[in-house]
Amino acid sequence: MTIAEKPVRQRKVVGLTGDGAAADAMMQIDPDQVAAYPITPQTEIVERFAEYVANGDVNTEFVAVESEHSALSACCGGSAAGGRVMTCTSSQGLALMHEELYIAAGNRLPIIMPMVNRTLSAPINIHGDHSDSMASRDAAWIQLFCADAQEVYDTTIMAVRIGEHPEVMLPVMICFDGFNVSHDMERVAMLAKEEVQEFVGEFKPLINMLDTENPISIGALVLPQFFFEHKLSMIKALEGSVNYISEIFAEFGKLSGRPQSIVESYGMEDAEVAVVALSGIAGTAQWTAMQLREKGIKAGVVRPRVYRPFPAAEIIAALKGVKAVAVVEKAAAPGAAGAPIFSDLCTAMFSMDKRPKMVNYVTGLGGRDTSSAQYTAVFERLQAIAAGGPIGQTLSYIGARE
Amino acid sequence: MSKIYEVKVGTLPTVDEIPLGGIIPSNGNAILNKTGTWRTQRPILNRDACTDCLLCWLHCPDNSIIVQEGKVVAIDADHCKGCGICSAECGAKPVKAMTMAQGGRYEASETFAKSTL
Repeated sequence: MTIAEKPVRQRKVVGLTGDGAAADAMMQIDPDQVAAYPITPQTEIVERFAEYVANGDVNTEFVAVESEHSALSACCGGSAAGGRVMTCTSSQGLALMHEELYIAAGNRLPIIMPMVNRTLSAPINIHGDHSDSMASRDAAWIQLFCADAQEVYDTTIMAVRIGEHPEVMLPVMICFDGFNVSHDMERVAMLAKEEVQEFVGEFKPLINMLDTENPISIGALVLPQFFFEHKLSMIKALEGSVNYISEIFAEFGKLSGRPQSIVESYGMEDAEVAVVALSGIAGTAQWTAMQLREKGIKAGVVRPRVYRPFPAAEIIAALKGVKAVAVVEKAAAPGAAGAPIFSDLCTAMFSMDKRPKMVNYVTGLGGRDTSSAQYTAVFERLQAIAAGGPIGQTLSYIGARE
Repeated sequence: MSKIYEVKVGTLPTVDEIPLGGIIPSNGNAILNKTGTWRTQRPILNRDACTDCLLCWLHCPDNSIIVQEGKVVAIDADHCKGCGICSAECGAKPVKAMTMAQGGRYEASETFAKSTL
């Protein structure tokens, strides 16, 4: 019996927060090891998963560590020893992991990590923006962004296959907004645990330092005559991973009955003005675009679900025919010409003969809401630019008192 | 391609040939990394003072004290980094059998140093 023929009655539709969806996906994946440290707003993942461990619902070795630096260190060890390893974190925790992020990627250890987006101190604040994961965007982790609890569940399961793909072998972050997604109770359609187990399959490690038949050394000193090739092979694996992400998204879409796309689009068939945004704030943009389309304004929204590797070709394809684009981001790049996604997208589009006019907005820092009224103003500005008006200031901050 | 490759000694692998994740895919090859050129000081063995307590052999981080039939007979000049631990740990009294001399390069007269460099 193939997966598709399995009776669907084992599947459940439940109310879950984003954190709950991540923890339940982890439970169904049943990894060999989880080493994690609680941090708001990720705490519920650790609490809930620890309960599954205590109740014997998983066979996971849970390592209660004293910090996030230790959490990811323990994960690197577990992964290098041939285990399927997961952790989860947020904000300051991700910052404390920074050193290990590069080590996990450089050693090609496919660690899977739900990452609840929360801003970085100071001033201290527990609410959501993307400054934490954006600060880690060059660590060569695959970064997937989710807009709701269902996507958190789906993406966590897919992430295992993506990271462990023999042509990829890279760690994966599943990013979702603190509180707006992590703590909102939503309807989540779950697969049966057996289906998830079949989908993720048995982990066959390429790097296994406990294989005594084939002894290897991990983490050795690599001097200039070899280092560049090591890094370039990692970079090429990350760049090439976009194809495997597409394949795995398609396979999971078929299994779950929920089509998955690297770049989600709304109204892009005929859009003249469009907003590009990650995760939750794209939902407000979409709602605004829906209202504007009723008034005859051809507004659209593009929401990449993959940020690293940057899916430039897919975003450019989605933006085909658009006259003016606003990239709206929940992260600043202080002192830079533009925020991270804007910089990536402009770089990708610069050598094109025909490209839309581009503006950049930074919004929602420290968890401030981005309202539909603000998006309406953005779309109105884009319309004026599309009609030949002046672009004016490229980068602006939306929703701040200035 | 993400594979673990065996690297041929003396070759410079390309990005497609380099082992996955910077691993060393086989064992017993530390001997190929000749670290003797790192020395700025060199251990001098005084056989007359040596009591063959083997503390130098025990503590040497590079396995560079050559022992035959329970006796310290030579220093592996290809791998000794000149760290001086052998001299610091030397148990011979009142005169140490292992002392450090300035300069990493051994004189031709210092025949206790075995080297192919």
